[in-house]
Amino acid sequence: MAKNVLDVNNLKMYYFTNKGVVKAVDDLSFTLKKGEVMGLAGESGCGKSSLGFTLMGMPTPPGKIVSGSVKIDGREIVGLPEDVLRKEIRWQKISMIFQGAMNALNPVYTVGYQMIEPLIYHKGMEKEEALDRAQKYLELVGLSSDIVYRYPHELSGGMKQRVIIATALLLEPEVVIADEPTTALDVVVQAQIINLMKKLKKELGLSMIFITHDLSILAEISDKVAIMYAGKIIEIGDSEKIYYEPAHPYTQKLLASIPRLHEDVERLEFIPGQPPNLITPPKGCRFHPRCPYAMQICKEQEPELKEVDKDHYAACWLL
Amino acid sequence: MAEPILKVENLKKYFPIKRGLIGALKGEPPKFVRAVDDISFEVGKQEVFALVGESGCGKTTTGKLVVKLLEPTAGRIYLEGHDVTELKTAEEIKAYRRKVQIIFQDPFSSINPRFRIFDVLEEPLLIHGIGETKAEREELIFKALEMVKITPPEDYVSRFPHMISGGQRQRVAIARALILNPTFIVADEPVSMLDVSIRAEVLELMKELKEKMGVTYLYITHDLSTARYFADYIAVMYLGRVVEMGPAKKVIDNPLHPYTRALLAAVPEPKPERRNIIKELPIRGEVPSAVDIPPGCRFHPRCVYAQMGLCDSKHPQLVEYEHGHFAECHLVGKI
Ligand SMILES: Nc1ncnc2c1ncn2[C@@H]1O[C@H](COP(=O)(O)OP(=O)(O)OP(=O)(O)O)[C@@H](O)[C@H]1O
Ligand SMILES: Nc1ncnc2c1ncn2[C@@H]1O[C@H](COP(=O)(O)OP(=O)(O)OP(=O)(O)O)[C@@H](O)[C@H]1O
Ligand code: SF4
Ligand code: SF4
Ligand SMILES: [Mg+2]
Ligand SMILES: [Mg+2]
Repeated sequence: MAKNVLDVNNLKMYYFTNKGVVKAVDDLSFTLKKGEVMGLAGESGCGKSSLGFTLMGMPTPPGKIVSGSVKIDGREIVGLPEDVLRKEIRWQKISMIFQGAMNALNPVYTVGYQMIEPLIYHKGMEKEEALDRAQKYLELVGLSSDIVYRYPHELSGGMKQRVIIATALLLEPEVVIADEPTTALDVVVQAQIINLMKKLKKELGLSMIFITHDLSILAEISDKVAIMYAGKIIEIGDSEKIYYEPAHPYTQKLLASIPRLHEDVERLEFIPGQPPNLITPPKGCRFHPRCPYAMQICKEQEPELKEVDKDHYAACWLL
Repeated sequence: MAEPILKVENLKKYFPIKRGLIGALKGEPPKFVRAVDDISFEVGKQEVFALVGESGCGKTTTGKLVVKLLEPTAGRIYLEGHDVTELKTAEEIKAYRRKVQIIFQDPFSSINPRFRIFDVLEEPLLIHGIGETKAEREELIFKALEMVKITPPEDYVSRFPHMISGGQRQRVAIARALILNPTFIVADEPVSMLDVSIRAEVLELMKELKEKMGVTYLYITHDLSTARYFADYIAVMYLGRVVEMGPAKKVIDNPLHPYTRALLAAVPEPKPERRNIIKELPIRGEVPSAVDIPPGCRFHPRCVYAQMGLCDSKHPQLVEYEHGHFAECHLVGKI
């Protein structure tokens, strides 16, 4: 059986703002095996990107890891000093394709410069070696190696996203976090990028956390899926289980709200209301104000994740 | 199709591109972005007509032409039999704008952030001189908010846009369009910025309003799944042209044009059992610029069926392959 490359236990990361404490990552536990892709879904603001940044050991200010553990390849990273994280962990053990990164490429530098700058400054690599590496990875993602000399405005959206993916792979990390890597792309380009990620998964044995709010895209690549709601994982399990036997009312509603291309649906389901703010989330089950099945207990006590089936967990009082 | 309420005939919109000084001195011919390049379609009363296609294919430009935010380079638009392109005086245009409303993609920027919800909805009433007293206007505003299920309205009217959710903001944008009791609504990507769960709510609302109020929609989207769900007819655009058009289910389940087939093959579906299979995408490369449009069939550089000698030199005609189902391809029915 494949080993765990990522072990997350009771992880909490809160933003300490002057309006109050935003509990964006609130007691999450999960594991990721070598070569596995875990999809992470949930509505806007539920804490998906916050989890990504936390796993990179770089919560955005005023965020702080409050408690819990993150082991990458067996090594605890919570509590490591910043210089160790920078030298030994970030980008070479775990890397991230940031949400919207392709639009954040600097227009005044060549693609190559932007790819290798961190290797030279943070990792002390020689320029020649770094450039070689950049070219190798550009080819791996289906671009020609002379892209290193081009400027971002000369590239299409799909090409820019490939550059970002190549950059995340440069130091051969164990785990890659891809945060909405296809969201702004047209459907054909989106499918091309998903194909590329499938290929990388297979050829490099890449382990990945794939973040998106779009459950259709997530199904294209995920071996297992975690559904987040208001800072919590409320259901997690193998993809087939999540898509065909969802246990949590929230997951069920999310799936029923997707229009299907080749199926006639009389009416789409939707979830009335909106996700709660994370400073004063509702007591008990955080979903109770929007849940059609809410009972008295849901308003008072928080349900824990329960095993509903082999490797399939959900947090709901109905179960 | 129901009796047509909107007819678009040979519509074109070319945007001039600025030549550099040197280009102008050298006498280079002026260049154009051919955003909409000779399209025709009809929309039946109380139906939903979807325009789909990739970014830059001319969907928004078509929508803006229909609501007269842009003037066409050539072609005609008829609403209820009247030639819209002939409307010239401010008064005629104002009367037209009252009947034909547009909802934009971004609920965050299409509403003035300094207006309270009340003001957002009162503005069109004031412009069109509807409701003599504040009390009369308030009644209309409350009714419009109730229609889009922002209830009770008195809890919302004095809020600013940032004090409501994205889905609610988009519903306010719909209420603003509905308050003038329009016959026709152009909805330009009305749900693409919203979360799936909220997206479904807004789509359901638009569907309900179609039945209750008898509105007709031009629904602009890049999402074929919502088009199939919401629309009666679909037109697929590529580089300024309609390359396929027909009843929504026919276009999705029996696509005729190679481009439509490629788009459909690319649509992700929530079926995890296919996760390790690399998807076949029957299309090459990326969309070329709308300035240098390829000769012959403009899709030929990307088409996997292209026949050189034919497709790269001769422009295909739009043909009706089966009743009401058209495609613009030399090989319709043969591939
Ligand atoms: N630096 C920050 N300071 C304070 N609050 C923050 C910060 N970053 C994020 N948040 C809040 O934390 C919560 C989770 O945000 P996050 O960006 O992780 O959501 P997300 O699930 O990635 O959403 P989206 O789908 O919109 O990208 C939100 O309520 C957000 O407003
Ligand atoms: N005012 C303008 N001046 C010059 N070119 C324009 C103008 N408006 C649009 N275009 C160009 O016309 C073409 C069609 O644009 P349009 O906005 O209609 O596309 P679209 O299908 O709505 O795309 P998207 O899905 O990105 O919204 C594009 O090449 C665009 O760059
Ligand atoms: S715990 Fe209660 S409120 Fe929460 S999802 Fe289950 S039934 Fe609904
Ligand atoms: S006309 Fe030729 S190039 Fe154009 S879509 Fe048809 S087969 Fe392809
Ligand atoms: Mg995010
Ligand atoms: Mg547009």
